[in-house]
Amino acid sequence: MVGSKLCAPLTLSLGVAALVAMLAPAPYASAADPNAFNRLMTPPSKRNPPPTEDGIHDPKSTGTQGLQTPREAFDPLPKAQSGNYIDWVKSFDEQKIQPRFDRNDPKAKPVIMDLTIVREVKGSMPDVVFPHKQHTEWLDCSNCHPALFVPQKGANQMSMASIMLGESCGVCHGKVAFPVADCRRCHNQAKGKPAPTKTSAVSKGKK
Amino acid sequence: MRQHQKSYGVKTVAACLLLLVGTTAAAEYADIILNKLSEKEGMRPVIFSHWFHRIRFQCRVCHNELRFEMRVGSTDVNMDDISQGKFCGACHNGEIAWTTENCDLCHTGAPGLSTGVRGGHQTLGPGIW
Repeated sequence: MVGSKLCAPLTLSLGVAALVAMLAPAPYASAADPNAFNRLMTPPSKRNPPPTEDGIHDPKSTGTQGLQTPREAFDPLPKAQSGNYIDWVKSFDEQKIQPRFDRNDPKAKPVIMDLTIVREVKGSMPDVVFPHKQHTEWLDCSNCHPALFVPQKGANQMSMASIMLGESCGVCHGKVAFPVADCRRCHNQAKGKPAPTKTSAVSKGKK
Repeated sequence: MRQHQKSYGVKTVAACLLLLVGTTAAAEYADIILNKLSEKEGMRPVIFSHWFHRIRFQCRVCHNELRFEMRVGSTDVNMDDISQGKFCGACHNGEIAWTTENCDLCHTGAPGLSTGVRGGHQTLGPGIW
């Protein structure tokens, strides 16, 4: 008797809740469901949040409200699966962005060095092909040499552990350049195959 | 029965809080917080949007010509230097970009943030490594 009295409003409220759930857009797997899929992954709807919602900007500051949102800036750029979810190299190659080489001169161009370095890796992963081309499109030689990498074959010992701790490649990759979770963007040369010495030989005749 | 409901209520509140905490730490990849001097001087921390600047400039402009070290926090940047045209002031001079009079466009950080690179990984939880 008491049970049925309690049950009626409960059933009603459950019904209303179900109706609301049906009408509202399907929520992304919330933390309330402990067995949700991709529990730790950033859902697409939560990527590139606007400054007012990203948790580090002070939303009360008028300056914050005036800032451009990453989504707006990234809209015309080719997408990727990690980092900013932008393929910066492709954006550069397709001239969707034209980052200046010289801060005052929009026409100045960098001297590009097209030389790939193959690093044979010890583990079962494919070998690493390091393209100087894509790096010299952004960076100066002195950003890496000789402090991070001695420009001499075999002189640079490194491991994924040290990279993840922010050394060698990890100075940029994992912080501002694409993260190390994108294994195959570096480990992309099948073992035992002769490696190309120029990026242009690999990049399907681009440029 | 009532006790049960109460404990569920507490759990729901806890779950909501967890969700809130989980969603707040979602800075854009490579957002950089500079707070070595800001809050000491009574200003909000600076948030440097690395992604915004790399659309406009190659790495070498700041990390070579403007003498910003690659390691966050290892370059002391103060307003005196900036107004003399060093560091940020090389571009934020009213010609290439807006001037340093717009304090609150850079000093936008929430109080108490520590210097470092944010937005790190794809996960909202503990590091995947």
